[in-house]
Amino acid sequence: MAATKLPADVEEALKAAYKRETNETAKTQLAAILKNIEIAETGIPMCQDTGIVIYYVKAGDKFPFMGEVKDALTRATKKATAEIPLRPNAVNPIAGGNSGDNTGEKIPWINWEIVPGDSLEVTAFAKGGGSENVSIVGMLKPGVGLVGVKKLVVDNAMKYMGEACAPNIIGVGIGGGADIAIKIAKQQLLRPLNDKHPDPAVAKIEQELMDAINATGIGPMGLGGATTVLGVKVDYAMRHPASLPVGVAVQCWAARRSTAVISKTLDVKYLTHPIGGK
Amino acid sequence: MAEYHLTTPISEADVRKLNVGDVVYVSGEHVYTARDEAHQRALEMAKRGEKPPVEFEGSVVYHVGPVAMQKNGKWQIVAAGPTTSTRMELFEDEFLRKYKARIIIGKGGMGPRTLAALKEVGAVYCSFTGGCGALAAKGLKEVRAYEWQDLGMPEALWVITAHEFGPLLVTMDSHGRSLHDDMNKSVAARKAQVYAKIGAKE
Repeated sequence: MAATKLPADVEEALKAAYKRETNETAKTQLAAILKNIEIAETGIPMCQDTGIVIYYVKAGDKFPFMGEVKDALTRATKKATAEIPLRPNAVNPIAGGNSGDNTGEKIPWINWEIVPGDSLEVTAFAKGGGSENVSIVGMLKPGVGLVGVKKLVVDNAMKYMGEACAPNIIGVGIGGGADIAIKIAKQQLLRPLNDKHPDPAVAKIEQELMDAINATGIGPMGLGGATTVLGVKVDYAMRHPASLPVGVAVQCWAARRSTAVISKTLDVKYLTHPIGGK
Repeated sequence: MAEYHLTTPISEADVRKLNVGDVVYVSGEHVYTARDEAHQRALEMAKRGEKPPVEFEGSVVYHVGPVAMQKNGKWQIVAAGPTTSTRMELFEDEFLRKYKARIIIGKGGMGPRTLAALKEVGAVYCSFTGGCGALAAKGLKEVRAYEWQDLGMPEALWVITAHEFGPLLVTMDSHGRSLHDDMNKSVAARKAQVYAKIGAKE
């Protein structure tokens, strides 16, 4: 379902944007997006680019089938590729060639987190290449401060304009190291659009960045309008005294993520796409 | 902003009527997919004096790598949202001059070389909303041929009959106007106002 139906919060945000927009071009783009979502609900991938396959897994320390998770997700990837179908996107960067089934060296990639409990939470995250191509890591000088951090995010948005299929969602990770910053940034894309960071200082940065980027007028697909981003989500880690790493992860409007929880008795509960209603 | 419903083959006169901001729906048998490699091959064939397997004059060329599947032995387009068009900037002006396609469809717009060729040849560039793969597939009714299969599913030349494929927004017209250039200018003009919101300076 990750490929065919958006989580409710994203769909709501797109509908609200359509109502809010006064720019005629922006209206045509958002109307097409809403119509596309409707058609995709019948079981068609909403976008042909279903990404390189990655999963976020929260594994309960007492989940009894830990040893089988990786293999199961690889098989699930092959099955989804054949049956939905998904576009085969796994290309070998050294030898060349597409594996044809969305699996291969280190792919699907699994982000592991161990949590207390006896169940397993799996999030499938189908993110296209266009938005991934404008994601960046900036290794800033600490002296530029938080203004420098915000400027990096805003400058990046004004550089790629509509290339990442706006309206976008932007995840920002501050601190840690180069790898940690971009990892935190990408994880922010899993947050529901209607939440706020619990730390008011961080929540304020989220709001400022959203207002600034929407003031650019880039609009849906970069063709003009008031809705350039649906949300900006920020989180941080402690940083080295000499480093200010900033990861910026960009998500297209087709923010396809779907989460299921598998219990220790292998019952499945879908969190983002409850069966039998919206 | 006017709305047009055009059927292929499309004449130069029809295309010259279109302006940036107009919305177009396309029907007809001359709708082809082409990305980097199909453009390259078509140009190489022209150089060798060979004829490609389709008639490009009056056609609609769509920058897309579709997902297709076979149903009862017949190919069907499942999802086909546009790919980023700037990659084709390397080939499009020469392609337009050689083959006289009338509508190029993609996302993100193209550069000055293509804009000049659109004006010279009498063609337009239309943006189809990125990510709308399911909506596009609905308008791409029938696959009549799957040419240049050796290039692989996304890069091949898919020969399609379209029915009311759209909405396509004209973002580069045959009169030298580009909405993409206009947008670059208008966003640059707002930079100070944007920076003020985050306390940054140039």
